[in-house]
Amino acid sequence: MPYTLKPGSGFDTEIERVDYLKDHVDTGDRWTLNFGPQHPATHTTLRLVLELDGERIARCTPHIGYLHSGFEKLGEHLDYNQYVTIVSRMNYLSPIANDICWHHAVETLFNIDITPRCKVIRTIMAEVARIQDHLLNVGAAALDLGAFTGFLYAFNVREKIYDICDYIAGQRYHPDWTRVGGAMKDLPDDSVFRAMIRDLIDKQTPQAIKDLENLVLRNKIFQDRTVGIGTMTAAECVEWSISGPLARASGVKRDLRKDEPYLCYAPNWNGQGAEPVEFSVPVHSDGDVYARFQVRIEEMKQACHIIRQLIDDKVWNTIEGTPIDTFADGKWVKPKKNEVYGSIEGLIQHFELIMTNRGWKAPIAEGYGANETANGELGYFIVADGGPRPWRVKTRPPSFINYQVMAKQLEGHMLADAVAVLGSLNIVAAELDR
Amino acid sequence: MTKHAPNIDHPTLKIVKEQFPDRTLRATEYRGQSTLIVEPKDLHEIMRFLRDDPRCNYDFLSDVIGLDYLNYPSQTIGRFAVIYNLCSYPRTDRIFVKTFLNPSIPTDGIEKDSALELDSMCDIWPGAEWTEREVYDMFGIRFRNHPDLRRILMWEAYPAHPLRKDYPLRGRGERENFRVISRTDG
Repeated sequence: MPYTLKPGSGFDTEIERVDYLKDHVDTGDRWTLNFGPQHPATHTTLRLVLELDGERIARCTPHIGYLHSGFEKLGEHLDYNQYVTIVSRMNYLSPIANDICWHHAVETLFNIDITPRCKVIRTIMAEVARIQDHLLNVGAAALDLGAFTGFLYAFNVREKIYDICDYIAGQRYHPDWTRVGGAMKDLPDDSVFRAMIRDLIDKQTPQAIKDLENLVLRNKIFQDRTVGIGTMTAAECVEWSISGPLARASGVKRDLRKDEPYLCYAPNWNGQGAEPVEFSVPVHSDGDVYARFQVRIEEMKQACHIIRQLIDDKVWNTIEGTPIDTFADGKWVKPKKNEVYGSIEGLIQHFELIMTNRGWKAPIAEGYGANETANGELGYFIVADGGPRPWRVKTRPPSFINYQVMAKQLEGHMLADAVAVLGSLNIVAAELDR
Repeated sequence: MTKHAPNIDHPTLKIVKEQFPDRTLRATEYRGQSTLIVEPKDLHEIMRFLRDDPRCNYDFLSDVIGLDYLNYPSQTIGRFAVIYNLCSYPRTDRIFVKTFLNPSIPTDGIEKDSALELDSMCDIWPGAEWTEREVYDMFGIRFRNHPDLRRILMWEAYPAHPLRKDYPLRGRGERENFRVISRTDG
């Protein structure tokens, strides 16, 4: 414990040492290694205390909290639109997926059914975020295992995705694009947006997937490092609360897009009997590190397939020119800027939501909204107290819950496998510690 | 905002009511999401039933949520609540199980309060380990029979449970009062 509190400050200055090695049997052969918190392979700040028997891991104790910044406490002091800037900083590999999930939960609580145009664009962006996340994950895992080139090919495509986020929201890294019942603003130009998305799904992503498959997945060295490492069975995944590609790589057939459908994954999403988007859920039976990367690669292909259906003229002609914001109950959604400046009703409605002593009159209720993001089930449990700010916001962070099994997967493996397993879990420390 | 009347027709609620006729059970619902409210002493038994009974079959514990209702505008049974978010994969169903706790000592410190204790779910779902640790860390609710109940996000000696409502947003000066170690001290 490097820190002590200033004596006489009124706080407990007696700091007990964390007894993390209480079962340690010192046979003279075992030794302890501190992995992290600042290590290139942890990508952010994680710390593992490894008890090693030679080079074999006998016990592993993860220590987290280095990046804890009180996001959930902040959520109690920011209103339903402002908090989107905080959630987008949780999983910063695919920020826009967090925005979409947060406002999905808020709209579930407020009972707002968003417009078909908003649903289509949100679904497209959610799938783009899935590609964004998986590209980094597969690339960075190869990087940690010594293959630098695949990482660069993957990152090149992520740059195009940043361009799309920049185009729709004005910010490339943290778009903060969604708002209650709609979006910050409508697309500047539909045709440019569609052209950018087409380029991404028809040219960039398929090429990157092909490169990654050839350079990484079919690489013998990569296979030797990942096949049979960190294996989990389907039953273990369910009882350890694992969701997302990790669970599907072990054979758990669960995807919220199919099981609790939302946005365009739900039937009749446009209110006129539209079919849900057609896609399949890739499932693998091996449950090892290699299977997780195969599932992620396959999910990227399915994401392209979903986007291709929505970007099609058949769907797009029905939503072109329709509003992106919901105006069903004018009290809930911020009006358009030209209405704010051009009409007294718009001005009143704008200030009713913006002024600190006004704002949303939320129901006194509790609601949960979850999306299937790239890491698994991301959910927000919101307790509303009738005022403009939530009473409590609980995130269900997939990184945090998936990271529990790290220690379990590592036991008995070699030290070098720690990096392979860590890469396959796709831990984002900002979401882990919040 | 129209008034929402709870619609308590979730099939699991009826099954639990039949199985435990002599327990105090409450239920509520909001927009299709049903919550079963149980007494803290019955929690473990009912949760085991919810997982093992083939009609319920809630095999996936999605999350454990801590809550502080200090000065909440609506009347609640207790000050603290712990909510379990349960999923059934075979039946594609979700239910929330909630229990309320009342503290017996002032809540601004980290002293052990025997009234703020619940049975751990780790023997039913091992995945509850870290989520329960987070509830303990943030709200000071301890879990009996937990395999490794340490704080998880804050360090062990942190003098408060920060998500309690009586803890201020900007803290109580912990950051300002760290001793600064200069180069010459080392």
